[in-house]
Amino acid sequence: MPSPVRRLAGALHRRPGLRLAALLCAPMAWLTLAYLGSLTVLLLSAFWTTNDFTSNIEYVWNTANFTQLVSDPLYRAVALRTLAIAVGVTVLDAVLALPMAFYLARVARSATRRLLLVAVTTPLWAGYLVKVYAWWVLLSHGGVLDWLGGTPGFGVPAVVVTLAYLWLPYMLLPLYAALAQLPASYLEASADLGARPWATLRTVVLPIVKPALLAGSVFTFSLSLGDYLTVQIVGGTTQMIGNVIADNVTLNLPLAAAVSCVPVLLVVGYLLAVRRTGALESL
Amino acid sequence: MRVFRPLAALATAALLLTAACSSSAHQGSTAQGFSPPKIQMQQTLGQGEGTVNIVAWAGYVEYGQDNKSVDWVTPFTQQTGCKVNVKVAGTSDEMVALMKTGQYDTVSASGDATLRLIAGGDAAPVNTGLVPNYATIYPSLKMQPWNSVDGVAYGIPHGRGANLLMYNTDKVSPAPTSWSAVFDTHSPYAGHLTAYDDPIYLADAALYLMKTQPALGIRNPYALTPAQLAQAVALLKTQKKSISSYWNDYTKAQASFDSGDYWLGTTWEVIQQAVAADGKVKTAAILPAEGATGWSDTWMVSAHAQHPNCAYEWMNYIVSPSVNAQVAEYFGEAPANSQACSSIKDNPNFCTDYHAADESWWRNVYYWNTPTRSCVDGSGKDDCTDYAQWVTAWNEIKS
Repeated sequence: MPSPVRRLAGALHRRPGLRLAALLCAPMAWLTLAYLGSLTVLLLSAFWTTNDFTSNIEYVWNTANFTQLVSDPLYRAVALRTLAIAVGVTVLDAVLALPMAFYLARVARSATRRLLLVAVTTPLWAGYLVKVYAWWVLLSHGGVLDWLGGTPGFGVPAVVVTLAYLWLPYMLLPLYAALAQLPASYLEASADLGARPWATLRTVVLPIVKPALLAGSVFTFSLSLGDYLTVQIVGGTTQMIGNVIADNVTLNLPLAAAVSCVPVLLVVGYLLAVRRTGALESL
Repeated sequence: MRVFRPLAALATAALLLTAACSSSAHQGSTAQGFSPPKIQMQQTLGQGEGTVNIVAWAGYVEYGQDNKSVDWVTPFTQQTGCKVNVKVAGTSDEMVALMKTGQYDTVSASGDATLRLIAGGDAAPVNTGLVPNYATIYPSLKMQPWNSVDGVAYGIPHGRGANLLMYNTDKVSPAPTSWSAVFDTHSPYAGHLTAYDDPIYLADAALYLMKTQPALGIRNPYALTPAQLAQAVALLKTQKKSISSYWNDYTKAQASFDSGDYWLGTTWEVIQQAVAADGKVKTAAILPAEGATGWSDTWMVSAHAQHPNCAYEWMNYIVSPSVNAQVAEYFGEAPANSQACSSIKDNPNFCTDYHAADESWWRNVYYWNTPTRSCVDGSGKDDCTDYAQWVTAWNEIKS
């Protein structure tokens, strides 16, 4: 008579379905209950309102928050600004990361490459706040940039630069991986066929790294869209969606919940658009 | 479709939860202002419960966490047996939100939060007879519109301060004497101005308009009709072009004055003291010709207090002459207890510097008050904008 443990092991061995279910039930329960559950409750709370004066939540089902969200130009202005900042950060990161990744993957010798890769990922070791406050010091009047000739001061440009700095590794590493896999024979063939470097870049390199570029942009775009601390520190008087949510979360949770649907929709829309290009399959 | 079944189940569960919660009663505001929910005032002081949970401004409840010698919690625990748990709040809005959780017994609320706490049924009337030290509080701070309703006290005054105009004396010349320095459309200091990041800052603009444009008919910076509020909003929108950034964390204001980003703007005395102590830039803080907004904080008891007796013990202790003096000196504010000044030994000028007993100086200070639909200027009218409208207006300015 085998022991119960052995019998269980035997049963699991014979039935792969059971094995898989046992393996997955804990994380799936966690995902549905803790993650999707809290998101659902958040979304539902957007259909309540708060008393104007006492801030007590009134549990009456209505869509006033969404009406306000759509009709009030305030939210439109903030949403558009946030979108523009996220796009700006993504473009800036792509422009910075492409030549860097190309140099790392195709030009640098292996010793240099290792050193540079460490240098690129070093910022990931430092805390988020440390990096943002470092930029606050750089950008402030009397700071390093001021000595070097002038600082843009605090505002949208400062936010874009700081966020682009923060998320650059997330763009650079996928690009580096894609370029490292690019067979040298492609580039040689292109040159043999008479293409100048620019034509090679446009017709050979870019199409091959496009999925990596889009994958990187998912990171830079969605991380920028949800950020609110950077803009609070170096944004001057600028506000992003995250700030509107943070301002409302203590006293008007239903409105904050409604506002937080905006970045969710934007990210989902972006992901769907990227998915159509097939870039997510290479992640 | 199978994917959606768990989601639907979750949604149903959440709806049931909602239905269960929605039975809790709430009190709304009426057209003529608000009538506070009926909450029993404590009649007698019983045995301490052994613990008190406090929501406070930074610096009000020190237990030696930053500086071993700054500790007024340990003596309190020794005297009363009440252990103190403190939650520091950064803004009035946060204080209101924390008190709504029902987990706290007492709060050091400022005047822009008090009426909201009272109307929301979160603060209970306070029996001042159970607080012996109430007798020696300055009479001018008692039974004010922000700490009493219909002749019923809702708290014990703690201390007061003014929102002064601070400037970098090397950069700003000539020295300003008026709030026009921050509201001037062609400020030579554009890009270096700062202002307090809170809806209540609208009152600063309203005060300036009240003194400089009498035709608008503003009589109290916290009692604004929609038209008057719109004027304040317009003024602040213009000002925003000159603002470097807004502050609500006083250490941020301190750092920005130190670095030279801020040259001019609203301040608390504690910020100016801290910048002076840093010694990086020279600054001065003045009460401009128009006067200033200010705050008078109130210790209130939660309507849901689990430890009401310890809360009363705490309120009596924290406004006692010697402790009130320690807190005032540490925080940088004028004490509320009229006998506190004689307890300050190391700085004989302290009470003069903070105008502790100088009532004529405070006549020009308009303490924060929660705006309500019934005008808080005593006119009996009810065409004023309430706090929610101020929040909307402030969001509009900042967006």
